[in-house]
Amino acid sequence: MQIIESGNVAAALGVKLARAQVIAAFPITPQTPLTEKLSELIESGEMKAEYIPVESEHSALSVCIGAATAGARTFTATSANGLLYMHEQLHWAAGARLPIVMCVVNRGVGAPWNVWNDHQDSISQRDTGWIQIYVNDHQQIIDTVIKAFCIAEKVNIPVMVCYDGYILSHTYMPFYLPDQELVDCFLPPHKSVYALDPEDPRNINTVTLPEARVNVHGVLAHGYMELRYLLQEDLRKSIHTIAEVEERYSEVFNREGGAYLEEYRCRDASYIAVSMGSLSFQLRVAVDALREKGIRIGVAGVRLYRPFPDKAISNALSHANGIIVFEKGMSYGYMGPLASDIKSALYGNVNGNRKLPFVHNYILGLGGRNIRTRDLIDALRNSCKEGESTHMSDTLKWSGLKI
Amino acid sequence: MKEENIEIRWHGRGGQGTITAARIVAKAALRVGYTGVVMIPSFGTERRGAPVLTSLKISREKIYDLSEIEYPDIVVVLDHLLLDDINVTEGLKEGGILVINTPRSPHDYKYSGVKVATADVTAIAGEVGVTYGLVSSGIIGAFARASSLVGIHILTDVIKEELKERRPEENAQAATITYERTICSEVD
Repeated sequence: MQIIESGNVAAALGVKLARAQVIAAFPITPQTPLTEKLSELIESGEMKAEYIPVESEHSALSVCIGAATAGARTFTATSANGLLYMHEQLHWAAGARLPIVMCVVNRGVGAPWNVWNDHQDSISQRDTGWIQIYVNDHQQIIDTVIKAFCIAEKVNIPVMVCYDGYILSHTYMPFYLPDQELVDCFLPPHKSVYALDPEDPRNINTVTLPEARVNVHGVLAHGYMELRYLLQEDLRKSIHTIAEVEERYSEVFNREGGAYLEEYRCRDASYIAVSMGSLSFQLRVAVDALREKGIRIGVAGVRLYRPFPDKAISNALSHANGIIVFEKGMSYGYMGPLASDIKSALYGNVNGNRKLPFVHNYILGLGGRNIRTRDLIDALRNSCKEGESTHMSDTLKWSGLKI
Repeated sequence: MKEENIEIRWHGRGGQGTITAARIVAKAALRVGYTGVVMIPSFGTERRGAPVLTSLKISREKIYDLSEIEYPDIVVVLDHLLLDDINVTEGLKEGGILVINTPRSPHDYKYSGVKVATADVTAIAGEVGVTYGLVSSGIIGAFARASSLVGIHILTDVIKEELKERRPEENAQAATITYERTICSEVD
């Protein structure tokens, strides 16, 4: 069944279909309608779950940590400064290996105060050990929320599903509502391996010393460093699991999609634009316009940002002459984090004398600054032209800046 | 860019039902086979009475561009007093349509190269018993008459569904009567 709803409602319906059992969230623009919808669904009895009101985002994630430790399927959602207020607990949820799913409705971070879209909030949390997936439209929001529970529970790592505030959260567009029976078949009830059990009491996440030590049974147990090593190892392994989940989802629901990145007109492209979120769809329109002018260009939208699927990304991009990365976030004092990650991924693909593609980096759309398609076309055309003729400096460029 | 894309910009005031109206037209458009429908509200610092706008894009194919409309085919204005404050026809295409809720006739407005359609939606809404000031349903009637994009019967069906707890019959009637009373000028 195809319906027209907002992106926030698409996310809420995904959480309902996934049969999340415990939800704790604190309202913040532009995430608010998502949590309002969930509380309505629970209040009316349409959804069977515990909605736990809290006084802050820190508490919201703390409640989810408690509920997930008890073995419940848990969900939360936030934006911008709310996400940053969770920061401590983000590390905790990943370190404790809890399969929590959270929607981050991307919004600029203060100061100065701003409620509109960019990616600085979730990008700045990329090193907390969570899986991060960015989506481009409402179909991907609802589908990815369902997949996220499946991934999180398979690898015991929390997942952020990131979507653009306002541009997706408040926009209405059609999408297919997955069938509940198929979702139940795809995502069976969660059975936690480590759930708290009063019959079998134990300490969880107690103080660890610098050295590993024996446990009560006299067996050498993992110390802090071993547990952190395993988080990294499991995140890297999850790259394969995420592709498997994607494949199974597309079989069950008959939907095409790329687990790592979505390529559009890239096969014969000399230049490839790269972006995340709804902007990567908008770039398709710019690519179509430039193709009509005879420029061989495509666009790759990165879906999975952490763990970074470096091999897949490098394989998709290294054949091009030039890569143009458009970002709504910064690693202040250096460049756009995605451009930096792509450069690092390409380094692994150096072989023989083959020249690596140039990487241009544009920062745009910060704090909701309107991104005009014709500005994207201009930026791409300039990059293609200059990259062709000279060693155009790869200094950071800003698009839409009025200074 | 596909030629068959239709871009409609809606101007209203907070509380008038601008977004509701655009959402109803979006749902009706999907129903008549436009598979690409997006309604993108532009959010500023909304409050009751302040100018608001939303972009509605309609196409036979999926729409990938969610940026604000720059060159609309149709502009819908839910309050004629906005014409004093905002350049509502900015970017309106040659031969485009301007739909205005106003007690005045289309000939009172001088916009060259534009078809003007007017209806006194506020008065009609009052006549049929819609809450005073809510013009979302009535303006849809004027839009349907001026654009012929989606049939009035499908629009009134969707109005009844979407406003089922907010005087559905009165709202459907407001749309139908406005549809009948809308006056359109030819392109000047």
